Amino acid sequence: MARIAGVDLPKKKRLEYGLTYIYGIGLTTSRAILNATGISFDKRVHELNEDEIAAIRNEIQGKYIVEGDLRKNVAMDIKALMDMGSYRGLRHRKGLPVRGQKTKTNARTRKGKKKTVGAKAK
Amino acid sequence: MARSLKKGPFVDDHLMKKVLKAKEENSNKPIKTWSRRSTITPDMIGLTFNIHNGRNFIPVYISENHIGYKMGEFAPTRTFKGHKGSVQKKIGK
Repeated sequence: MARIAGVDLPKKKRLEYGLTYIYGIGLTTSRAILNATGISFDKRVHELNEDEIAAIRNEIQGKYIVEGDLRKNVAMDIKALMDMGSYRGLRHRKGLPVRGQKTKTNARTRKGKKKTVGAKAK
Repeated sequence: MARSLKKGPFVDDHLMKKVLKAKEENSNKPIKTWSRRSTITPDMIGLTFNIHNGRNFIPVYISENHIGYKMGEFAPTRTFKGHKGSVQKKIGK
């Protein structure tokens, strides 16, 4: 059982992709970790022995911010924007797109499910 | 694309002049500016700016957190009070 940074890794996947199941580790970081620890990309997660798991764990702990800590950091950055009264903070507060996208149409990811306004239905 | 580091942060000359003068005189009087495009630099900490938003001047007190942002980010230019008869919005808030 490979449990790293509080996440169970999928057993059958190649290690390179398995590691990306941890929040904060994408393919680039994943490969960097494997290069640094000298473990083959092709190994499956369930083929890891204890030493290798420990090595990966150490590597992640030493160099990267992942999972809860990273989420907390992101949330705090957003909160800082809001407290500052900046335009970006304002957009976060209103739940609208932050980076200048149009909101006349689309923008549903930020705005959530469509709310119908007005009495047009007949 | 981000600005080249070689050039350093952009600040309008006329704004910088006002800032340096205020620093020299230790005055707390808010500095009126139209220069929304200027970057906020460490020199400006502790000063208050009245930043133009196209109609009014919005007072903003500059603290350490504001460094690196532009003046205009703190003076919203649009007023949106919600759509006519949209009650849902108000509940949503």
